[in-house]
Amino acid sequence: MPPVFELQGITKRFPGVLANDHIHLTLEEGEIHALLGENGAGKTTLMNILYGLYTADEGKILVHGSEAKIASPEDAIRLGIGMVHQHFMLVPPFTVTENVMLGVESLHHGLFLDRKSVARRIREIAEQYGLQVDPAARVQDLSVGAQQRVEIMKILYRHANILILDEPTAVLTPQEVEDLFKVIRELVARGVSVIFISHKLKEVMEIADRITVLRDGKVVGTTRPGDTSLATLARMMVGREVILTVDKAPARVGPVVLEIKDLQVRDDRKQLAVNGLSLQVRAGEILGVAGVQGNGQTELVEGLTGLRPVSGGQVRILGHDTTHSSPRRILEQGIAHIPEDRQRDGLVLTYPVADNLVLNTYYLPPFARGVQLRRGAVLAAAEQLVHQFDIRTPSVLALTSGLSGGNQQKVIVAREFSRPIQLLIASQPTRGLDVGSMEYIHQRLVEKRDQGCAVLLVSPELDEIMSLSDRIAVMFRGQIMGVVSGAAATPEQLGLLMAGIRPGEERVPA
Amino acid sequence: MGISVQTEIQPGTGREGPSAQPPARNTGGQVLNALSIPVLALFSALVISAFFILASDPVVLAAYGKFLLSPGHALAVSWKEVADAYTALFLGAIGNPAAMAGAIRTYLATGQTNGLIQAFYPLSESLVSATPYIFAGLAVALGFKCGLFNIGAEGQIYIGALTAAFVGYTFTGLPWIIHAPLTLLAAALGGAVWAGIPGYLKARTGAHEVINTMMMNYVAFNLADFLLNGPMKRGGSTGFIPISRDIQASAYLPKFFPDPIRLHAGFLVALAVAVGVYLFLWRTTLGFELRTVGANLRAAKYAGISVTRNFILAMALSGALAAMAGAGEVMGVNHNIAQGFSPGYGYDSIALALMGGSNPLGVVLAALLFGALRNGATDMQALAGIPIDIVSIVQAFVIMFVAAPAIIRWIYRLKAGGGFQAIFTRGWGG
Amino acid sequence: MAVMARAREGLAPISRRYALSVFYALVGLFMAVVFSRNTRPGEIARLGLNTSRSIELVRMPDIIVPVLPVVWILSATVLILSLYHLLRGFRRTGWLLGVVSLSFLVSFLVWTARGTSFSLIGILSASLQLATPILLGALSGVLCERSAVINIAIEGMMLGAAFASVIVANATGSLLLGLVAGLAVGALLAAWHAVMSIRFRMDQIVSGTAINIFATGLTNFLNQRVLQVYQQLNVQQTFPSFSQLAPELGKIPILGPLLFDQSPIVWAALLLLVIVQIALFRTRWGLRTRAVGEHPRAADTVGINVFRTRYVNVILGGVIAGLGGTYFTLGSVGRFDKTMTNGRGFIALAAMIFGNWTPTGAFASSLIFGFADALQVKLQILIGQVNIPYDFLLMLPYLVTMVALTGVVGRVIPPAADGQAYQKQ
Repeated sequence: MPPVFELQGITKRFPGVLANDHIHLTLEEGEIHALLGENGAGKTTLMNILYGLYTADEGKILVHGSEAKIASPEDAIRLGIGMVHQHFMLVPPFTVTENVMLGVESLHHGLFLDRKSVARRIREIAEQYGLQVDPAARVQDLSVGAQQRVEIMKILYRHANILILDEPTAVLTPQEVEDLFKVIRELVARGVSVIFISHKLKEVMEIADRITVLRDGKVVGTTRPGDTSLATLARMMVGREVILTVDKAPARVGPVVLEIKDLQVRDDRKQLAVNGLSLQVRAGEILGVAGVQGNGQTELVEGLTGLRPVSGGQVRILGHDTTHSSPRRILEQGIAHIPEDRQRDGLVLTYPVADNLVLNTYYLPPFARGVQLRRGAVLAAAEQLVHQFDIRTPSVLALTSGLSGGNQQKVIVAREFSRPIQLLIASQPTRGLDVGSMEYIHQRLVEKRDQGCAVLLVSPELDEIMSLSDRIAVMFRGQIMGVVSGAAATPEQLGLLMAGIRPGEERVPA
Repeated sequence: MGISVQTEIQPGTGREGPSAQPPARNTGGQVLNALSIPVLALFSALVISAFFILASDPVVLAAYGKFLLSPGHALAVSWKEVADAYTALFLGAIGNPAAMAGAIRTYLATGQTNGLIQAFYPLSESLVSATPYIFAGLAVALGFKCGLFNIGAEGQIYIGALTAAFVGYTFTGLPWIIHAPLTLLAAALGGAVWAGIPGYLKARTGAHEVINTMMMNYVAFNLADFLLNGPMKRGGSTGFIPISRDIQASAYLPKFFPDPIRLHAGFLVALAVAVGVYLFLWRTTLGFELRTVGANLRAAKYAGISVTRNFILAMALSGALAAMAGAGEVMGVNHNIAQGFSPGYGYDSIALALMGGSNPLGVVLAALLFGALRNGATDMQALAGIPIDIVSIVQAFVIMFVAAPAIIRWIYRLKAGGGFQAIFTRGWGG
Repeated sequence: MAVMARAREGLAPISRRYALSVFYALVGLFMAVVFSRNTRPGEIARLGLNTSRSIELVRMPDIIVPVLPVVWILSATVLILSLYHLLRGFRRTGWLLGVVSLSFLVSFLVWTARGTSFSLIGILSASLQLATPILLGALSGVLCERSAVINIAIEGMMLGAAFASVIVANATGSLLLGLVAGLAVGALLAAWHAVMSIRFRMDQIVSGTAINIFATGLTNFLNQRVLQVYQQLNVQQTFPSFSQLAPELGKIPILGPLLFDQSPIVWAALLLLVIVQIALFRTRWGLRTRAVGEHPRAADTVGINVFRTRYVNVILGGVIAGLGGTYFTLGSVGRFDKTMTNGRGFIALAAMIFGNWTPTGAFASSLIFGFADALQVKLQILIGQVNIPYDFLLMLPYLVTMVALTGVVGRVIPPAADGQAYQKQ
């Protein structure tokens, strides 16, 4: 029985980067094959080639034993390959039916959309595979887990038997992950073969039949869960011993710096994203806010930093009421903010590094005298910060767009740390960074905490939260489900809270 | 909606690593690169416009009708037509170099200035035309720097001219040192308010400034009609065009040279204002904020900068600058305001600002060029019979080529690279 | 998903509601106070429903409108609505704005006609005529923007089409060929815009502006160079209306003047309205277009050619804009004048926004703009009754546009990818 597909010697180059380097990969019939690797290892690129979104520079693809030319997603779909992307490819204002039929629309009288028959077919497939999907619902109203099911439905509707899942668990609660795994096993039992792309070791060990590890665009090895361990896999992924925890001294906690009472913040669709949230952060501690993305964390941070209007409740920083203060006023209270999306929100990429380093202090002495901007002082301070934080840049006048991700994040850190701060709010500070930069950022956070700063860390990465936080607050649907001590917390305990189940409540089946 | 001016950025490769951006070049190379696009854009635009000149001339078309019989004749006719047109353009814009050299010699020898005045008249007229262009170009460029598209410069010019005329003829007995600056200031204020309204609407409600400033243009034109046919109308017979009273001599911008040379102090004021705009944008905290809002609105917000305040400030300053263009014409050239006094300075300045890369030095250079172009086109119309609207056609292509440098690069086989600024849109939502 | 999140700097939603309510209340007060001034109690306005021809068939009675009661009822309506909005708030503020504008315009009309008679049918007919180019422009905008390409060159396309259609119609002696020329010019300019925006990913507003400048310049240039010389190319001619072809139709009361006296281009516009509305929401083309406009990458991954969809839509939009431009000459005035479009292309964009990017919404808004425009024209006749200088009346359509824009922004949602060039990786 030939493998479902076989990638032979796939190579793909981008300017300055060799994304895939002579990769060999096979998928057997009815298997769940995990593709494991760090951010940037080349996993998504490889699968995009299989799905026809990219073309390989070298190499062959064989599907069911015969060579295939996949130049577009249409070719891939015709060969029975379907892909669920990390960022969903669903049109938000459309219904589930419209999203599923997009591209393969059924028509009646040859001209008009036949939504009814498509909806009927969707219900049939849903029954057949045990996939819960409502054809009439509008996608923008659905939960993330439900949207993912719609993506899977899209693929099944097109008679695919090869399913590629790209980081499917990034946005799911532990309970939703279990549901997804159930669906995957169901699909496999009915003849679908699955590629599961992830960087999460534990999940991969749980679900996969075989695991292929990619690092720096090359295949490091292929193994089975039974033949390997978490540590081995980690080493294969990173190439060296990975420090999975951060060294830190016990916290020396001081007075309350940030006090949030019954906070209410609305999102862009006027829904309450933060719905009666109360929290306290003290000087000298790191409070980690755990939770699956999309439970109001973004709105919480925006409400705290004055970027989004607060519709109810109160925020006090060092005793001052900052609930409705402007962003500038809040920054002047001694708050530092490392934003979620450094390129979009934290930096002006077209500015020189020096300008970004004074982006929120340019109006203060010594950089300004009244209205006049003093370039000399700006440049001098920039030189000093670049040296102090080891920012790799040709010069302080170089454009920030030329820096690597890690160095761009360092610019933000340097900027925020260059003034006296009492509270640091860090949102996903290590997103998309390599391990070296990640360690650097973690060290700086702990350093600030040891200096007596209060640190509010918001991150969907449970490992990061658990290794850094002194206390962990779990956020679910805009509220805090519970606050536990960092040392005592376990993933299971946190997972339940992240799914909205308070300790002591009956476990209600989904 | 806004426009953010960015240097061309290579798309991300999806992997965090050293970026693919080439290292920063030396400034000389960058300047050359930055100049080549606008220069080639203008050149290409002139070539294309030549085509329109030819295609609309029956004589030329007839000659091409017999192309197969006598290709030489067709080409000769075409060449003569284009050469006549562009020669007239050059002579009208700059003047006759031989005559100018001769006049200098005569002056040095005999001290006679008549020849000088005659020979340098075209050049001086170009500078006169350039003056409002500098102001208006700065206005639109300032807007771009904040990510705003001020199409309302033309209306703001009218408002500035109306205000200047009113203040100019109403106040009598004031010394020049007070009256002239007061008039200028009043005009600037009028323009600031006129543009400030769409700015306010954009800041508070997100209403698109392109539509609103355009609407304000039409309101301004109608307002001007009303005032010039009514309250501000000059007494006595006025001929066909509604025109206002003349302003007091104490509100004049003085001329430097004897008639007929019209070059006036407004030119120097414009240059000084250009320097001022440069200092404002790059040497003050307010300017820093404004540029940041234009470069990355979200990052500006996150850094504590008030987007609302900067939108309003940028539009108000932009309006003030445009209004000064109108005031300059009233105070320095016409000494009154007449209906239709502006041949489209406000609309032209859009192309101008783009060509100048939205920075003050570039704008001044582009303004000098556009002044020469418009001045020369008047002669081109008189001598070669080419309608002055050819200037609009040239501009449209200049805008195209400057906003999509890839076309010029493709035509002339240039290499890509930093130095010139492309522009990106932000849609209706602001 | 992130494409939906667009935090808007500005007033919190509650303050905007207060501001709008206060504004509408002021409008209501204005209506109550100003429109009852100089109005004697019992004064009536006669709104005529007849034209000289329809009267031959049947004489429709005039509508007698008691001015003061109507003014008061309408101002009361506006005040009540603004109060409700202040306290509870309407969700569909577009409709609220529409109702308020209409109440204002109707009471204004009734007030200016007090003590005299006034042809209602005339103004309704004129409204439809004046609304037509705006409707066509708005439809053009809808087509382009639904696939996420901003088109502010509608003004230029209309001007170019107006010019071309007249010249060709005169040169060939065929009105139909003139129409085709108009459509072709619209399509060509749109193709230019499409190539600039899609292939070269130029800023779409800049590209549109350049086309407007080009079209204005070229039409003026050719007008002077060609039309002034060969005046026979600018002879007035228009498409005959149905009632010109079949005079009996023109005599039908109300429907006659309203529909059958109109140029066939008006009918074409109404037909296009229906076609585009159905096509956009019921056909495969419409689904794909909207997908490309909301989430082009999603459309790409299911095999839809984003670029081709956009090209097709923009060029079709150009054809419709061309029809709008042809209306100015072959459908209305008959000959070309400089700047005859006079900003209608931009008003069409406002109508599109006001109508929430749907054809039916665009129709409703263009009718209101058309009505305001027609009112302004009729008022010149009644200039004695109204002490407002002529020039200020001319400003009316532009001011209405600005208010409309302000009032609905934030409540209507453009296609999510509007204005963003698409980049395949």
